[in-house]
Amino acid sequence: MNEFVFLYRGGQAGRSPEQAQQVMQKWMAWFKELAESGHVKDRGQPLERSGKLVAGKRKTVTDGPFAEAKDVVGGYTLILAKDLNEAAELSKGCPILEFDGQVEVRPVMKLNM
Amino acid sequence: MELSEHLFRHEAGRMVATLTRIFGVHNLGLAEDVVQEAFCRALEIWKFRGVPENPSAWLMTTAKNRALDVLRRERTARAFAPELTRQLESEWTLLPTIEEEFAAAAVKDDELRMMFSCCGPRLSEEAQVALILHILCGFSVDEIASAFVSSHAAVEKRITRSKKVLAGSRKLFDISGVEDFARRLPAVQRALYLLFNEGYHSASQEKAVRVELCHEAIRLTLMLLKNPLGAAPSTYALAALMSLNAARLPARLDVSGNLTALAEQDRSHFDQSLAEDGLRLLERAATGPELTDYHVEAAIAWVHTSAQRTEDTDWATIVSLYDKLIAIRPSPVVALNRAIAIAQRDGPKRGLDEIHAIQDLERLANYPFYHAALGEFELRKGNHKAAQDHFKLAFSLARNSMERQFLNQRVNACEQGEGVA
Repeated sequence: MNEFVFLYRGGQAGRSPEQAQQVMQKWMAWFKELAESGHVKDRGQPLERSGKLVAGKRKTVTDGPFAEAKDVVGGYTLILAKDLNEAAELSKGCPILEFDGQVEVRPVMKLNM
Repeated sequence: MELSEHLFRHEAGRMVATLTRIFGVHNLGLAEDVVQEAFCRALEIWKFRGVPENPSAWLMTTAKNRALDVLRRERTARAFAPELTRQLESEWTLLPTIEEEFAAAAVKDDELRMMFSCCGPRLSEEAQVALILHILCGFSVDEIASAFVSSHAAVEKRITRSKKVLAGSRKLFDISGVEDFARRLPAVQRALYLLFNEGYHSASQEKAVRVELCHEAIRLTLMLLKNPLGAAPSTYALAALMSLNAARLPARLDVSGNLTALAEQDRSHFDQSLAEDGLRLLERAATGPELTDYHVEAAIAWVHTSAQRTEDTDWATIVSLYDKLIAIRPSPVVALNRAIAIAQRDGPKRGLDEIHAIQDLERLANYPFYHAALGEFELRKGNHKAAQDHFKLAFSLARNSMERQFLNQRVNACEQGEGVA
């Protein structure tokens, strides 16, 4: 098995409480399915949408991230999969996709030492 | 950890009520924003960490912390609840005050306070129902619009306007004043009654939507019963009438959510536990000198619910109950229902006589079930042609697809010369 990171972007529309609960239940069901089939290495962490951006030799600090709301990474998960194709296939069940969000699937680099 | 059904909606109502109590009714919008943020946060975090042991407490704590932020940041710039201003001013009293306001018992009172505030005389009954659904039941504009089969724009306008009226009132209703409470109670009961009817007779094709509205009305009425001042016999009667009618709801609608005629309702689909609740509540309503229309309607519902088969229905008792109801709340629709009960007891000819004797009969001219009743009576007398004409007229007046479908079936039944409904 190889390791992959799912980066979740966007998908944070204003919703009614009932819709929010449904979204929550979808995420729970999805993670449960992934975990039961042995694909979750680490469920991961949510990230605050606020932050600082430190840039350049002059180390200028600004309030960031600058990405538009729909591009801000809201969290990540560590996934185990056979290959990139399988990982991408697994990401298709992510509820964020129903709400205009994206999942970025990235292989964790292997160190052959 | 599984989320209990409608947890978010109900928590939204509790949080808005408590936050509005602290921020002041003029800051209703701010309270709603804080609640929205709490939900966003819950979604973000729970996705990864799982649902906490006590999700309600988690949400309330999140709302409380956010409220503290807002109060600290804006207490010089913004006026909050006038009765709490002094306590919120200094850091010494801020924290204990907020802790106290977020205690379970206080939150319960907040919901009731909000319920009474939503039923002020400056708001129409329609507006009161919409506000209760939006603020206390946590339904969005779209969800209310779909339940009412109304446009988003129309519901949004009504809610925005009603919220403005509410936010413009000097402060939230004071539920500790015995006299004020008693004076406002009938309006609150009426709004809950209408909310229930909205569900029971909803034009929505979705059975689930209708059942949900009925359950919300019951939930809020039970909440009212928990308050010593709210637990009047009339409130018990209201809760009884809701439970007994809701018990019949599963049979009233067929699998595809269509109306079923009384005689065709499958009584094995009655919700027995709701029926038992209803009877218990009705017994508790039977104290004190006051006989309200809720008592009478609950009794009628009980007679219907307790009959083993439609043929076993005690129509004589129902007729006498309708006599009482007309005395308390005279209306052509009540008179029509009374005439239908008389027809069940004494035959269609007497039913027709009673209908013709209704005062203000012309007010029923556009009411589809007036013409449907005439149709049923004619059909039972064997006048298929006359019956069909009445049903066709009823059909042309139908207000939604559910009524249209039901009345269309009755038109066709005349064709086949089928029996009574």
